[in-house]
Amino acid sequence: MQFFKSTNIDFIGNRRKFFVVSILFFVITVVAFIYRHGPNYGIDFTGGIMMQVSFENKLDDLQDVRKAIEEAQVTSFELQTSENLVVIRAKKSLQSQEEFEKSISKSIQDRFPDNPMQIERIEYVGPSVGQYLSKQALYAFFFAFLGMIVYVAFRFKSSLWGIASVLGIIHDVIISFGFVILVNKEVNITVVAALLTVAGYSINDTIVLFDRIKENLRFRSKEIFANIINKSINEVLVRTIVTSLTVFIVASSLFFFGGEVIHTFAYIMVIGTVLGVYSTVFLCTPLVYEWEVRRSNRLKMAIKQGAVNSKKK
Amino acid sequence: MNKINWKLWVTVLLLVLSLWTLWPSISWFMMSKDLKEQAEQSKDSILGKILKLGLDLKGGTHLLLEVDTSRLEENVKAKDAVDRATEIIRNRIDQFGVAEPMIVKQGDRWIVIQLPGIKDPKAAKDLIGKTALLEFRIVNNSQEAGKTLDLLTSKGIKPVQFREDTSKYPEIEAALPEGSSIFEGKGSVYYVLDKALLTGAALTNAKVEFGGQFGQPVVAIEFSKEGGRIFADITEKNREKNLAIVLDGIVQSAPVIRTRIPDGKAVIEGSFNAEDARLLATVLRAGALPAPVKVIEERTVGPSLGDDSIKKGFMSSLIGVIVVFAFMVAYYRTSGLIADIALALNLIILMAVMAYFQFTLTLPGVAGIALTLAMAVDANVLILERIREELATGKTTRVAVDAGYQKVFWTIFDANFTTLIAAVFLFQFGTGPIKGFAVTLSIGLIISMFTAITVTKLIYEFLFKENFLLKIKI
Repeated sequence: MQFFKSTNIDFIGNRRKFFVVSILFFVITVVAFIYRHGPNYGIDFTGGIMMQVSFENKLDDLQDVRKAIEEAQVTSFELQTSENLVVIRAKKSLQSQEEFEKSISKSIQDRFPDNPMQIERIEYVGPSVGQYLSKQALYAFFFAFLGMIVYVAFRFKSSLWGIASVLGIIHDVIISFGFVILVNKEVNITVVAALLTVAGYSINDTIVLFDRIKENLRFRSKEIFANIINKSINEVLVRTIVTSLTVFIVASSLFFFGGEVIHTFAYIMVIGTVLGVYSTVFLCTPLVYEWEVRRSNRLKMAIKQGAVNSKKK
Repeated sequence: MNKINWKLWVTVLLLVLSLWTLWPSISWFMMSKDLKEQAEQSKDSILGKILKLGLDLKGGTHLLLEVDTSRLEENVKAKDAVDRATEIIRNRIDQFGVAEPMIVKQGDRWIVIQLPGIKDPKAAKDLIGKTALLEFRIVNNSQEAGKTLDLLTSKGIKPVQFREDTSKYPEIEAALPEGSSIFEGKGSVYYVLDKALLTGAALTNAKVEFGGQFGQPVVAIEFSKEGGRIFADITEKNREKNLAIVLDGIVQSAPVIRTRIPDGKAVIEGSFNAEDARLLATVLRAGALPAPVKVIEERTVGPSLGDDSIKKGFMSSLIGVIVVFAFMVAYYRTSGLIADIALALNLIILMAVMAYFQFTLTLPGVAGIALTLAMAVDANVLILERIREELATGKTTRVAVDAGYQKVFWTIFDANFTTLIAAVFLFQFGTGPIKGFAVTLSIGLIISMFTAITVTKLIYEFLFKENFLLKIKI
C-alpha cells in the first residue's frame, strides 16, 4: 500500500499563504484568551483543593450538593459531575486543607443520609507549592528550548536552523495552549507535561526534514535553494504523514477511551501532532529559506561592493 | 555471517533476560487477591521484583511537608533540622507499618512522603505531623510573672499569639521575666515558664501505663543516662516548685516537685484516652521533630479510582497500539511485520527495564509507553521509506536495504535525541505521575534506537541469508 507515489508540491512558492494560516491560528489563540479571560489555571498553580467524591447511588440534583457545601461555609468553589461522581474545586490559597475536607464531607453526608459517599481523590496544593510549580514549569520550557536550539545548531552548524526549529516548536506549543484555553480546560501540571511532549515530538519532524535538506544540499548544490527544499519536503512527505498518523492514532485512542485522567493530555497530543507536521513543513523550512536567501543576498551584495571597492583602488 | 551471529545472540540474550526479569510481575498479576494480600503482609521477596505502580494507579497518598525552620533554637542549623525531621518521620512511618513508603528531602525545607496503598491517610497525617516537642520547664511564680499574666488576660491575647510574634506585644515582653515565656494549660490556665531545662530528645523510652490517679492512661517515660542526671539535678534544685511538662506548647501537667528524682523516670499525665496515649508514646519513642511541619501539598487517590484508571488507561493504550501494529502491516506488508516485531521487543525490554530498576509506572507513564511505541514506528518508517526510494532508483533489494539503514541512522539519532532533551527536563520538573511519563518516554526512545535499527536489520540479513525472499515486499 502507498498513499501516493510521489508528489511535487511547490511548498516554498506558496509559503506566504501558509504564513496566513499560522497567523489565523494565532488569532484564534488570542481570541480564545480574551473570550475566556485568560487560561483557567488549576489548583496546581493557584493553590487550593480538589475533592472527588463518589456516591453509592446516582445523584438527582447537583443543587443539593451545592447547598451542602455552602452550608459548610465554603464560598467560592466549582462543581463538576458525571453520573455518581462529583468533583469539588476551591481555588483559594488555603492554609490548611483539613478543616475544609472535614466540614465538606460532614455537610454533604448530613444532606444525603441514605446515599453513602466516599472520597475518591483529594488534591491539596498550598500557596507556596503553587508558586514553586509555576516556576518549575517555566524553567522546564526554557531549558528544554535552549537545549534543543543548542543541539540543532550544533548538528546543522548554524544557529539559524536551531532557532528556526525552536520557533516552530514555540508556535506549536502556543497554539496548542490556545486550544486548551478555547475549550476552557483546566491548566495543570498534566497540561504542561503534554505541551512539553508536543515540543519534543514536534522537533522530530523538523530534524528529519532538515537532515534531508542538508543531504540534498550536499549532492545537488547546483540547483537553486528553493528547489532543493521543495524536493526535500516532497521526499519526506510520506514518512511525515505516516509517522504522525501512528502517533495520532494512539493519541486519539487515549482521547476517546483513556478516561478523564489522561483526557486533557490526549487532547493536546492530538492537536500537537497535527501542528507538529504543519509547523515543520509550512513554518520552519520557509523560515530557513527566507533567512538563507536574505543572507546570501547580503553576501552577494557584499561581494559586489567589495569588487567595486577593490576596482576603485 | 559472524556479525549476524553476534547480533543475534545479543538480541536473544536480551529477550531472555527481559522475560526473566518480567516473570515475577507476570505471576503477580495472575495471583488472586488473597494471595497478594498474604504476600504483602509477609513482605515476600517478590514485592521487590515486580513492576512498581505509582500512587495514581495503586491508590495512596503523596504528601509534601514544609519544615518551619523559622522557629528553630538558635544553635540548630536549618539543614540539620530538616535532615533530622526526615529521619524521625521515617521512624514514625516504619512504626505505623506502611509497605514500601518513600520519604525524601526535597530542596531546603521540604520533605516528600509517598505512602502507597494506605487505607487511612488521616491517621498517617496525624502521626507524621505531630511535632511531639516535649519540654520540661519550671513554673515561674514571681510577682513579675503574675503581673505579666494579668496584662495578657486584660488584653485578651492568647499565649500562642504572643509566642508567635513577641515583638508585636512590646509591653508584655518588657514585663516578662528574663528568659521565660507564656504557655497555656488545660482549661485555659496560663503559666509563665522559665526556659526549657530538658527536652524529649533525652528520652530513651516511652510507654502507655494505666497508673493515673483514676486509672486513666498515662505515658511513662525514661530518660537516657545523661538526661536522667540532668533531671535529678533539676528536681534537686527546684524542690517545692512546679515542674511543667509541656507538649507541643501546651502544658500537660505541672506537679509540685517533692523530692529529687534520681532514677530518670517520669510520668506524663494528661486527659488522654488510650488511643491518644498510644500515639503519643509512639511519637515520643520515634523522637520529637526539631521544628513543626506543615502539609503543603497532598494528593490522595482512593484504591477504587486507581483500579478504574488502570482499566481505562491500559485499554486505550492497547487499542491504540493494536491499530498502529495493524496499520504497519497493512501499509508496509512484510516489512511492516518486521517493524512490528521490533516494536513488540521494544515493549518487552521497556517493561523489563522498568521492573529491574524499580522505576514507577504511572498512568501518564502507560500513555507514555503507547506514545513511545507510536514514535518508535518513526525510525522504521524512515528506514522503510528510504528503502522504497532506493528501490525506485533501480537498486536491488539487498543494496537498497543496506543503503536505507546507512543513510537514516543519524536522522533517527538526532530526532530521538532532541525528544530526549524534552523528556529529561520533563523529568526534572514533573511530580510523581509526570515523572513516570518522562521515564517511559526516555527509556522507550533509547530502546527504540536499538530495536528499530539493529533488530530489524538483523531480521533482514537473516532473511537474505536464508534466501527466504529475494524480493521482499516493502
